[in-house]
Amino acid sequence: MNAHLIERLWKRICQPMDGWLFLLTCILFVLGLVVLYSASNENPNRITNKLTFIVFAMTLMWCIANIRPQQLMLFAVPIYVGGLCLLLGVALFGEIVNGSRRWLHIGITRIQPSEIMKLAVPMMLAWYFQKHEGHIGWRQFVIATVIIALPAAFVLKQPDLGTASLIIFSGIFVIFFAGLPWKVIAVLLIGFASSLPVVWNLLHDYQRRRVLTLLDPTADPLGDGYHIIQSMIAIGSGGIFGKGWLSGTQTHLEFIPERTTDFIFAVYGEEFGLVGNAVLLLLYLCVIMRGLIIAAHASTLFGRLLAGAITLSFFTYAFVNMGMVSGILPVVGVPLPLLSYGGTAMVTILTGFGILMSIHKNRPLLKR
Amino acid sequence: MVSYRRVRPDFRRRPKSPKTRAPARENEFRLRLIIAFVLIVAAFGVLFSRFTWLQVLQYEHFMTAAQNNRISLVPIPPNRGVIYDRNGIVLAQNYSAYTLEITPSQTPNLEQTLSELAKLVAIEPRDRKRFRKLQEESRNFESLPIRTRLTDEEVARFAAQAYRFPGVEIKARLFRDYPYREITSHVIGYIGRINQKDQNRFKEEERYSEYRGSTHTGKTGLEFSYEQDLHGKTGFEEVEVDASGHAVRTLRRTPPVNGSDLHLALDIRLQEYTDQLFGNRRGALVAIEPETGGVLAFVSKPTFDPSLFIDGLDPQVWKDLNEDWQRPLINRALRGLYPPGSTFKPFMAMAALETGFRSADYTIPDPGYFSLPGSNHRFRDSKPTGHGSVNMYKSIQVSSDTYYYKLAWDMGIDRIAPELAKFGLGEKTGIDLDGEAKGVLPTKEWKAKRFAGKRYKPEHRRWLPADVVPIGIGQGYNTYTPLQMAWATSILANNGVAYRPHIVKKVVSPANRQERIIEPQPAADYHFKRKHVEFVKDAMEAVLKPGGTANRIGAGLQYRMAGKTGTAQVVQIKQGAKYNAAALAEQHRDHSWFIAFAPVEQPKIAVAVIVENGGWGAAAAAPLARNVMDFYLLGKRIDPEEAAAQTATTKNKKKPTNTKPIANSTQNTTSQPSGEGQSDERTSD
Repeated sequence: MNAHLIERLWKRICQPMDGWLFLLTCILFVLGLVVLYSASNENPNRITNKLTFIVFAMTLMWCIANIRPQQLMLFAVPIYVGGLCLLLGVALFGEIVNGSRRWLHIGITRIQPSEIMKLAVPMMLAWYFQKHEGHIGWRQFVIATVIIALPAAFVLKQPDLGTASLIIFSGIFVIFFAGLPWKVIAVLLIGFASSLPVVWNLLHDYQRRRVLTLLDPTADPLGDGYHIIQSMIAIGSGGIFGKGWLSGTQTHLEFIPERTTDFIFAVYGEEFGLVGNAVLLLLYLCVIMRGLIIAAHASTLFGRLLAGAITLSFFTYAFVNMGMVSGILPVVGVPLPLLSYGGTAMVTILTGFGILMSIHKNRPLLKR
Repeated sequence: MVSYRRVRPDFRRRPKSPKTRAPARENEFRLRLIIAFVLIVAAFGVLFSRFTWLQVLQYEHFMTAAQNNRISLVPIPPNRGVIYDRNGIVLAQNYSAYTLEITPSQTPNLEQTLSELAKLVAIEPRDRKRFRKLQEESRNFESLPIRTRLTDEEVARFAAQAYRFPGVEIKARLFRDYPYREITSHVIGYIGRINQKDQNRFKEEERYSEYRGSTHTGKTGLEFSYEQDLHGKTGFEEVEVDASGHAVRTLRRTPPVNGSDLHLALDIRLQEYTDQLFGNRRGALVAIEPETGGVLAFVSKPTFDPSLFIDGLDPQVWKDLNEDWQRPLINRALRGLYPPGSTFKPFMAMAALETGFRSADYTIPDPGYFSLPGSNHRFRDSKPTGHGSVNMYKSIQVSSDTYYYKLAWDMGIDRIAPELAKFGLGEKTGIDLDGEAKGVLPTKEWKAKRFAGKRYKPEHRRWLPADVVPIGIGQGYNTYTPLQMAWATSILANNGVAYRPHIVKKVVSPANRQERIIEPQPAADYHFKRKHVEFVKDAMEAVLKPGGTANRIGAGLQYRMAGKTGTAQVVQIKQGAKYNAAALAEQHRDHSWFIAFAPVEQPKIAVAVIVENGGWGAAAAAPLARNVMDFYLLGKRIDPEEAAAQTATTKNKKKPTNTKPIANSTQNTTSQPSGEGQSDERTSD
């Protein structure tokens, strides 16, 4: 009787989940905890805190996985509009932390509405394209651009260039999958590339210098470049096999800034070396492949677009973070997905995974 | 767009069933997924190649960088050598104390920090001024002391609040202590903070790395001249540091080699006693042990407190010291140039005997003046009536000027100069102190060079026949330091065997107790004829006997002492711009000289004393020399007040008439000042 109940409960728990995605997430979480233990100088509090986040985010993921895509579609507009309102609220009453206005107090806690937009924008766009399925043309793409631009503008104003570009990218992915004609893509790319020198000429000297420092951190070794140089030293000194877990000197002597959050990859690279990095890249690639497969099998346009966008956003986080920590991309505050310490980003990603799972479980049973 | 238009009709005819969807659109979507995937793999490929570059190709570079980050070489400054006197009494030592130090570059608001600190730790305006000055002289990232010698309570109070003061630290440092302070400052000198000039010197001498971690270096005196021995060798500690520079653990340690100790020939008790005897009179005394050249006492008055200089001088104090008309910072014994006056005569006598120009019994009439053949100009004797018939013995005993005018004239400068050079006159003695003055033993070449400037005419440069005459009595162009006079006396006392004067007897390395003896061999031996030396010594002994110029101080001698008085016309060592009106009259008085050695049969001590504006030689300098001898040879000490009284009674007397032994001299006759009387006896005693 009891065993039967447990079996039923287990089935209920497993029913909405995607096994592959769940497995990969768990592996990445374990890896994250291992690195975090080292990065936090063996502080068990950080581990328990992260475990709490994981339990919370996993529960949320499970809940969302239970919602059918058709029901999710109903949330798209309210979440987007609500998010916009919150962004407006931030602009008006937001709390300034570290020189930018990102946080909003709502009763008991404070939230970061820009984070919601990372999912709200692709959902809204997917909903919009679904609504206009069959006759997507110029008008739809223009309106889609406006849907992206509105929240992006608010977030840019905060100012938070990193999050704004992630929101823009998540939107662009939807538009791309919705079938933005290749010609237009080509024209846009060429136009962007050719406008760069013009823009460069219009910049002031100090602005140019800032851009150059972004591109080449070693030009300012004691200022903005310091963090990047230290993290490059950490990764480089890791060598092929790494210095070993808990043995990273750059990490344990505190040369790496933000080593539990944005720069946790430097810790990982120092202690596990090139081999470890390859493993991590492979794990991420598996997650992305799984996401893309889910997108390919999705039953509706909404599902396809949303799954594709969520997967590519996940890729973007991983790529931008590793690129910035290894010194080929400018430093923007993007955490390493699932490994970095910090609840907000984890909740966003697992919510996305929940949506992926929901889409996957509701795919057509018969394949063509 | 084209493709969409093409597929549009399909949608219109699209069946409702989800099982049958537009294949073209789905294919297009899948194509895009594949393209996206390819791009993602490419992007990860870029990342992987970046990792390969960092971790494989540039591995060595980054590994070194990580090691350099991690390991920091921390210098361990050695302990500075200790300085002992000849009896093992400590003259300079180290002690550990806490300092409060600020690194300006790490302190966000210096002014505010200082005023906040002042609430915890006493910071005087003096400390602030000194700190400002240090700040100007140092670089911003150096740690500079704002307060030294913190009390335990202050340390505790700051430690509790330390988190509020970034860039402010308490450090345990070794300090230099000079227990005898003013008494030794002209000999020992002092150490001070290393400044840019010192650093440049270290770089030139290629000793720069030895000073990593050291904050102080010798600036003057023995602290300067024996710097290389005293400083020692800096040790190093390889320390693992974290990003904020805090040491985590020590990996390797090379201990420092402490500086060598100096054992001086100087007798601090004699030095101290001499200092007391001078009281607040200006002048200098140098006492040398003739048979070794070891300097027993080296006094220059007035003097100063060396501890003022160690941590940087308050600008006001510096100004006061520098502008003081008494010039306490000038080392008179080493750098003060005075005409030797009649103390020159025994050496002239030696020159005459050694060159055979005079025999001891050659006698001249002394009418009270000397004139050159065919000239009416009279070189006057100090005794206007003259000394009657004078031979060499008497010429020294009574200090006849006429005898030496004639002797100088007969010998000529070309014969005088090389003979007197044997006594170290006109050359640096080579004592182990820096900045010694050379003095002037005049020669024709010297005069030509001295007046070579454009301001002078050719006739200024030419040696005139009359130039030699006053040189015979220690005037004219002659100028020497008290140290040179002491050495000359010491050479004479030691029968021409010249041991170079040195303050340090031996340098002892603390590591292996290895000793280095300073000047163990004589610098020269002139092989003076025994007969000649004995004769001059006898005459000098007679100076202290009845009929001699210093007969007063010869009374009650318990050993045989020889000496010679001298009076130098006031040719002041460089005077400050400011004259003290009250001191002016005194400053016009002559300088009082005395040279002496004892015991005559085997001299243990040779002394040269000068008392500035002390009047004639027997008045101030001679009693001082007698007291010094009594103390050194017999351990006899008189009350310094009594010594001052002796001088007070004799200073203003025209002639020494009483022959009472000074040892018993308790008379306190306050004699009347008689300024005019002295103008007659200008040049000699």
